[in-house]
Amino acid sequence: MSKKPGWKELASGDLLEAGTAKEFETGDWRTLRPIKDDEKCINCLNCWIWCPDSAIIVKDEKMIGIDYRYCKGCGICARVCPPKVQAIKMVDEREFREK
Amino acid sequence: MKRVARTGNEAMAEAMRQINPDVVAAYPITPATEIVQIFSQFVADGLVDTEFVAVESEHSAMSACIGAAAAGARAMTGTSSQGLALMYEMLYIAAGLRLPIVMPEVNRALSSPINIHCDHSDTMGARDSGWIQIFSENSQEAYDNVIQAVRICEHPQVRLPGLITVDGFIISHGLEVVDLIHDEEVKSFIGEYKTERSLLDIKHPYSLGALDLQDFYFEHKRQEAEAMYNTPEVIRAVGEEFGKRFGRKYDLIEKYKLEDAELAIVVLGSTAGTSRVVIDDLREKGIKAGMLKIRIFRPFPHKEIAESLSSVKAVAVMDRVDGVAGFGSPTFNEVRAALYDGPTRPPIVNYIYGLGGREISLEEITSVYKNLEKIAKTGEVKKIVNYLGVRE
Ligand code: SF4
Ligand code: SF4
Repeated sequence: MSKKPGWKELASGDLLEAGTAKEFETGDWRTLRPIKDDEKCINCLNCWIWCPDSAIIVKDEKMIGIDYRYCKGCGICARVCPPKVQAIKMVDEREFREK
Repeated sequence: MKRVARTGNEAMAEAMRQINPDVVAAYPITPATEIVQIFSQFVADGLVDTEFVAVESEHSAMSACIGAAAAGARAMTGTSSQGLALMYEMLYIAAGLRLPIVMPEVNRALSSPINIHCDHSDTMGARDSGWIQIFSENSQEAYDNVIQAVRICEHPQVRLPGLITVDGFIISHGLEVVDLIHDEEVKSFIGEYKTERSLLDIKHPYSLGALDLQDFYFEHKRQEAEAMYNTPEVIRAVGEEFGKRFGRKYDLIEKYKLEDAELAIVVLGSTAGTSRVVIDDLREKGIKAGMLKIRIFRPFPHKEIAESLSSVKAVAVMDRVDGVAGFGSPTFNEVRAALYDGPTRPPIVNYIYGLGGREISLEEITSVYKNLEKIAKTGEVKKIVNYLGVRE
């Protein structure tokens, strides 16, 4: 990371440029990883609506994957996936690390 | 210039009308209610363009002002005592976000015991909140100070909120002769409010008030402190210009017969008026009495105070508040600290007086000078912290 600005250079009044959340990759907070089953998914896009980190990737109105740079593993997507579908499973992150 | 009779509250409401702020958000509280009540009438009568927000508490009043100011509006409110105390959290936020909100405030005792009359406990409670604090001796000063505060607070080197106080009932409800400036002249004096950035400028979006942890909070506080360091110069320049244009010049402090004084008292607010009478009387008797009135309490004019008191033989600092600190009250402690770096350190005592609206008489102020006379003669301070006008 570049050098942090001193108080003379810093914009005053606790002001931050917009869109800086993009630079902050929350994916490394994750302890549970959402894994999507392509066979089960009906592309209802509930997960896309609810994901607090905009980590659900949608293309041509289809849920095509999860952006793990930002997915912090909250599990909301798995919860809101329709009960009869249950296309998203939360898997312990250690399983991926150990491999 | 138009000469009229106005109470302190009326005078400050009049100043607000002339300032014509974009937003006023307010909640009533004695003895400041009139300020925003009169102002709301101006709104109803179409004399101002202000959006008036009637909120459910002072906490909300300040919150709404913060929101409005962040959006790019010139925002004002008015309050007193418990109202100011309820704003406490938001006061720091207004200052920290560097929003130049201007607020007339009427000095009133804080509960408990409950009381609606004058002392400075409310204002002193907010003295470290990052707000500029201007004390007014009378209605004329209150009116002039509110107008100047807009210029001071909005100055690019400052951008801090400011409160302008008058003493509850004594000034807020006392009818006095006030010279009003013409609307157009006030308008040209304060100029247009220009923000560097504002949240409603959707072409340049930004976040305001983001979480600021170990790695940035300190730098932002340092900036806020710097703004306060910059403020005295701005206050002086604005006071000077105000004097040139309207005939009443203002500085950080005011000296009354202090140049050759041997005995000096330091006061804030309306007691300065009473003290002038005592000083004139003592001078006739050949006693070299003088007064230092602190107009600006924040930023604290430490240098000016040390210089002005350097040649007196004894000083009494009058505090209309008890700091309940175990030692001395705020004005005393700060004046005393200021003298530490001065060329001389005259003996100094604290007088706590007038709590909860207790009257202060000419005789009582005279008795302070009598004590100073003794101290000057013997060089001995028997009691550092004294009480004036309390029943033993
Ligand atoms: S686990 Fe949470 S953050 Fe990750 S994709 Fe699902 S909803 Fe989004
Ligand atoms: S909520 Fe479930 S079914 Fe709907 S798009 Fe997301 S993963 Fe697919």
